[in-house]
Amino acid sequence: MADLGAVGAFAQRHRHHPLEALPWLIAVAAYFVFPSYLPLGAQILATILFALSADLVLGYAGIVTLGQAAFFGAGAYTAGLLAAHGWGEPITGLLAGAAVAAVIGALSGIVILRTTGLTLLMLTLVVASMLYEAVNRASWLTGGDDGLQGMQVWPIFGWFRFDLFGQTAYCYCLIVLFLCWLAARRMVHSPFGRSLVGIRENIRRMHAIGAPVARRRLVVYTISAALAGASGVLVAQTTGFVGLTFLGLDRSGTVLIMLIIGGVGRLYGAFIGVPLYMIAQDRFSTIDPVYWYFWIGLLMVLLVVFARGGVLGLFERFRR
Amino acid sequence: MSTPALETHGLHKSFGALTVANGVDFRLDRGARHALIGPNGAGKTTFVELVTGALRPNAGQIRLDGADITQLPQAARVKRGLVRTFQITALFPHLSILENVTLAICERQEIAGGLFRPAGHHRAAIEEAHALLERLGLEDEALRPVNMLAYGRQRLVEIAVSLALSPKVLLLDEPAAGVPSGESGTIIEVIERLPSDIALLIIEHDMDLVFRLAQRITVLVQGSILVEGPPEEIARDPEVRRVYLGERVRR
Repeated sequence: MADLGAVGAFAQRHRHHPLEALPWLIAVAAYFVFPSYLPLGAQILATILFALSADLVLGYAGIVTLGQAAFFGAGAYTAGLLAAHGWGEPITGLLAGAAVAAVIGALSGIVILRTTGLTLLMLTLVVASMLYEAVNRASWLTGGDDGLQGMQVWPIFGWFRFDLFGQTAYCYCLIVLFLCWLAARRMVHSPFGRSLVGIRENIRRMHAIGAPVARRRLVVYTISAALAGASGVLVAQTTGFVGLTFLGLDRSGTVLIMLIIGGVGRLYGAFIGVPLYMIAQDRFSTIDPVYWYFWIGLLMVLLVVFARGGVLGLFERFRR
Repeated sequence: MSTPALETHGLHKSFGALTVANGVDFRLDRGARHALIGPNGAGKTTFVELVTGALRPNAGQIRLDGADITQLPQAARVKRGLVRTFQITALFPHLSILENVTLAICERQEIAGGLFRPAGHHRAAIEEAHALLERLGLEDEALRPVNMLAYGRQRLVEIAVSLALSPKVLLLDEPAAGVPSGESGTIIEVIERLPSDIALLIIEHDMDLVFRLAQRITVLVQGSILVEGPPEEIARDPEVRRVYLGERVRR
């Protein structure tokens, strides 16, 4: 048999690397080390899931989107409405929110994914804006500008009550994030995931090797919408509130910034960029409550000038 | 007479007032070594795009192995064995050679839509890709990203990716374009060694390459076929010399 060194190395790329345990060890340690920051921690974990969903479409399939908040908000409002109208069971709420977001992702994707580039970017924005306005107008149901009132989220499995210190929220978000990450990681390393990278790298060539490019893009867009929806549900359930900001352009933009800080298309960019951004935001806004956005902006400029590819990009450069 | 591997009837395409294919009747026999030549802007690459389905003709018919494929999308044509390479290298630049070829093999075997099983577990596909690289002498660089390779090597990967799709008809769009003359020999050798059951259509500017590889030559001028025949005949044809060969000699 021929030397299969290259084949062997190539065939084992999906194996878990010890470093991949690091974010999870840190997350578990943080629970014990920073007990007074658990509510912030839960928000960070949920937002990591949101950024992970954006990484799948942007980093892997190369679909540039400014409408990811549509799915985040769709999930949040679904779970929120259920909880406000007598069904506060969190797990089914989570599944329902993800499913509604996935349906919206699939339906809008069928239409807008026919385009690419800047047109597609604008259309993702349009979808998010339309949903925003629809929710705003349906104030009899959603509370409109005031946000959704009266969510009653039940304890998880009828036992783990969402407490004031955020212990349940933190663990709940951590477990959901972990399961979603496992699924996303599995997908990224599957032939489907690799073909997405092919689409990002050279869409013409993917057509020329006979790949059903449109279908692949739609599938990943739908999966990403479901994950974004799940992250919206996590935020809604753990804070007990849903408002219009869940659907805003701000949120779609910020998640991209967080992802870019961490590094796009690497699956772990979300795990670095989101905590960095949110902890920096938390600190800056305490130190400098009026102008804290300036510091975030400065951080962004430095990253773009000195660290294209984000923090993970920097690491990769040092390893070479 | 057996069914040709590929034929077009009255293929027509225009962009506004510009006609780029004007009633092209073309026939590519099974196992052919056929070249399509013509001056710049003759519509050679447009012809490739029409045949492969990247562009839709305004009129006319394309038949692959006797079956009408005019309405089929590009991916379906590839599945039937109609494969092309690109004039300007169109690979996956940041992926390794091995992965470039493996992606194509996964598409052909219809395992590329799988969401759960890791790509690395499709060992047979990876080994097939590696064997293909060995055939083309690329195995030493299997794990190098394509954009780190010399351009001549990239042209070989271009051919490797298309071979991974088990083509019946292979359209080589200027396979040696942009390659320094010292390296084009390897590419010509690889093309000469291609299995004889693949019908080859070589779109080329380089006359040495055309006369070395082709058994038949079609000359395309302004979207129409000027003449078709064996190489000796084409080389002698006064009209061809005027519009094409002469023009190149003068340059």
